[in-house]
Amino acid sequence: MVLELRQISKKVGQDTHLYPTSLRLEPGKFNILLGATNSGKTSLIKILSGLEKPTTGEVWMDGENVTGVTPQKRNIALVHQFFVNYPHLNVFENIASPLRVAGVAKSEISDRVKEAADILQLGPMLYRQPGELSGGQQQRCALARAIVKESKAIFLDEPLANLDYKLREELRDQLPELFAGRGAIVVYATSEPSEALLLGGNTALVHAGKITQFGETTAVYRNPVDAISAEVFSDPPINVTNVTKTGNWIRLNDAVKWKATGSSADLADGPYTIGIRPHFIKPEKDKKGLVEILGKVEITELSGSESVAHFQVSGNTWVSLDSGVHPYQIGEEHLFYMDPTACFYFDADGKLAATGGTDG
Amino acid sequence: MAKISLKKLKHSYYPAPKKPEDYALKEIDLSWLDGGAYALLGPSGCGKSTLLNIISGLLVPSEGHVLFDDKDVTMLTPAERNIAQVFQFPVIYDTMTVYNNLAFPLRNRGIEEARVDTRVREIAKMLELDEMLDRRASRLTPDNKQKISMGRGLVRDDVNVIMFDEPLTVIDPLLKWKLRSKLKELHQKTKATMIYVTHDQTEALTFADQVVVMQEGEIVQIGTPIELFERPAHTFVGHFIGSPGMNVLPCEIKDGKAYFQGDQVEIEGEINPTNSTKTELGVRPEFITFGKKGVPAVVKKIVDLGKHYVIECMCADFRVNVVSVSNQQNAGDAVHLSFKPQQTRVYADGWIASKDGSK
Amino acid sequence: MKTINQKGWFFVAPVVILVAFNALIPLMTVVNYSVQETFGNNLFLWQGLDWFQNLLRSDRFYGALGRQALFTSTILLIEIPLGVAIALAMPRKGIWVPVCLVLMSLPLLIPWNVVGAMWNIFTLPDIGLAGYFLNSVLGINYDMTQDPFAAWTTIIIMDVWHWTSLVVLLSYAGIISIPDPYYQAAKIDGASGWAVFWFIQLPKMKRVLTIAVLLRFMDSFNIYTEPFVLTGGGPGNATTLLSIDLVKTALGQFDLGPAAAMSLIYFAVTLLVSWIFYSYMTKDEE
Repeated sequence: MVLELRQISKKVGQDTHLYPTSLRLEPGKFNILLGATNSGKTSLIKILSGLEKPTTGEVWMDGENVTGVTPQKRNIALVHQFFVNYPHLNVFENIASPLRVAGVAKSEISDRVKEAADILQLGPMLYRQPGELSGGQQQRCALARAIVKESKAIFLDEPLANLDYKLREELRDQLPELFAGRGAIVVYATSEPSEALLLGGNTALVHAGKITQFGETTAVYRNPVDAISAEVFSDPPINVTNVTKTGNWIRLNDAVKWKATGSSADLADGPYTIGIRPHFIKPEKDKKGLVEILGKVEITELSGSESVAHFQVSGNTWVSLDSGVHPYQIGEEHLFYMDPTACFYFDADGKLAATGGTDG
Repeated sequence: MAKISLKKLKHSYYPAPKKPEDYALKEIDLSWLDGGAYALLGPSGCGKSTLLNIISGLLVPSEGHVLFDDKDVTMLTPAERNIAQVFQFPVIYDTMTVYNNLAFPLRNRGIEEARVDTRVREIAKMLELDEMLDRRASRLTPDNKQKISMGRGLVRDDVNVIMFDEPLTVIDPLLKWKLRSKLKELHQKTKATMIYVTHDQTEALTFADQVVVMQEGEIVQIGTPIELFERPAHTFVGHFIGSPGMNVLPCEIKDGKAYFQGDQVEIEGEINPTNSTKTELGVRPEFITFGKKGVPAVVKKIVDLGKHYVIECMCADFRVNVVSVSNQQNAGDAVHLSFKPQQTRVYADGWIASKDGSK
Repeated sequence: MKTINQKGWFFVAPVVILVAFNALIPLMTVVNYSVQETFGNNLFLWQGLDWFQNLLRSDRFYGALGRQALFTSTILLIEIPLGVAIALAMPRKGIWVPVCLVLMSLPLLIPWNVVGAMWNIFTLPDIGLAGYFLNSVLGINYDMTQDPFAAWTTIIIMDVWHWTSLVVLLSYAGIISIPDPYYQAAKIDGASGWAVFWFIQLPKMKRVLTIAVLLRFMDSFNIYTEPFVLTGGGPGNATTLLSIDLVKTALGQFDLGPAAAMSLIYFAVTLLVSWIFYSYMTKDEE
């Protein structure tokens, strides 16, 4: 069972929603599409599920070309960002609806609905109307409908986006287990980097109608192929700034330079752009080999578990993130410590040229 | 700017409420200082939006009073209260330019045009909208539209308070982050009193100097983000704040000592005498480490979040999350968890029952 | 396995057939008539564009067109603001909402010829309620069959009575779709009632108002039944609107050629005005 996009593209009028893209998805793991609103995630899901036909290219499922085959004929399930349930049917009937359409025997329907309802903790509310449920329960009902039939592929388009933070956390926790062992291909679109990391599996980064990178989630996070991928997959946003390499030295400004580490030592002399995630810039020196950067603190955010400082260095705003509580004074000059082994070096085209260490 | 006090505030959406459940707000007493950044945090339906609308004057409370400084404003309209509010979805005047949108609240109040111009340009610059002042507001992206909504609040320098009702809902995560920092910066620059309503702990904790945690129409705890994180007064706060939330484990109290699964657990200080049948231990995932001694557990799952790992362990049937910057564990490993005593607390019927050992 | 969803055509087919029968085929017949002369017995003579030329030089046509323009613009100027005003005054919540909606829909449910007949009887000077009241109680000399002004007033009031509801219902739909925060933000910004209308309600109603104006324009421009039943185009030619004139030409005088040419010009004018109006109203939408 494989779901594959072969050089598909999508144009609507003059607008290109997707540039020619290929993608090969397999069951067993979550396949996450991570990207901002309008990046092309939803277009990808629509094409993968058959809701839309690609302008060019082919969709293959299970060794068959299914380009243009309607979703009804594909045996798939889709869960949307908005809680889509039949408002006039109770929870039981809502969950049963795909089975009824498929013509499953009555006795079997009841068993399978109850099983799905139990997994999603909807047992006590089977005979309520969707309108009487909370948002989280409504979305669980939609999820139950998606798992009750043995779909070959399940598409989840930002299913948690409209839920409360804590509910989101809870459901997110249950989701991987929910779909594990079903043998279905699970595609999950999200705009939140942290959600991709929490769900694990594989991640495709989507930006401006292109898939910039696809691979195992943590590998994609740690080894971005270009500056765009690094930016898409960083929350809080990655710090990006220009440096110059001369000999063995990387120079940020007159005061700050460091010795090239890792593969960056092999880079040719010249200008580069570096990317470094905020949690590699800390207000305290906790190991050797860190680069001191003096910055003027502009904004601070203390959440109890983490301390964030935005500070100015030669005209650029940098962000530092440290666990624990660190008191800052607004306007103070503070010494920050950057880990050069965590730096990504990008060339003029934005492609990854080198890293500061073996592991991001 | 003004000090805001809420006195014995109650609200019900029913005309004749009887039971406590009929109340969306169950007696709120609160006072907020001038110039602070406050957050109302809680799940959907906890009453936080009701409270916000009462403060802004969009709703008249069933009982109690709202005071700005010492003036009772309970019956005044939003315009008379001189407040500003930013809603969940950006509210902009479609047909106007960005400039006119920002100028609107001032012109309505008959401010002279020269003053309007200075204020609008000042605020636009602060919000980084100065490049698009002449554009039609309806053509902007959601984050810029939301900036306009904020700008219309900030442009009046005499507002008593600016309220935010989940203002980042429709904004993409990366922009959300930027807008959140912008808001923080604006507060630091303008020193306007701001009240921020949200279900998102990160937004509340990073924005506010003081957070009010609400549940089912009641205030559970008021405190600084650090207080709420480190010493939750109720297990609900412990669970609601922090990601993942505080581990809450059943415990037994014998002779003033706490026992989990038969093993004594060192806690922050003395335990208040209690007759409660439901006593629990609360310890945050950030304050648990792996050691040679401690509570025995089995590693179930390891989630790599990039900046740290969340390691899910099982102590018998109880799940304990551990947050750690590095990870040497594998799923299935038998480990010992050691709880940091100063950060381990006892809760009776949900409320904190151990004494703060540091005082 | 390459299938294209053929079922889709079944859903579109009725519309295609309907449009063909309803519009294209009759239109082609009309085009055919408009360039020929006929004396019956299926005898046709080629006329070229003569009928069009004659028509565009005839005072009668311009008279009818002028009266039509006057009628349409008058009722639009009354019905649109009045409809919007009523919609604004209607309650947005509570038990009175359905009551208002039903009351508003009533005039729309009455068949057009009945509306004409109703108003005809209503305004009869001797037995009609309004006619009797105006003449005998107030002493105003009111007689539709004699006085062009009275005839005009009556058909305009009749149209306003019949069709303002449509504008009300459409505007109301536009108004209730505005989310509460807009009103709340306006209150907080200190906006006056007028500003709320001008900057929130009107812009948000724009789409439905565009539809309302278009519908009312096309309907009133083609209006036939009610004025025909009410005044029959009189007194004299005072209320002979375009469609009445057209029917007079086509059926009364059996001049099919000129009537067909007139229809086409009529159609072109309607289309042109609708198009200009629509493009203007939607020009600054994204």
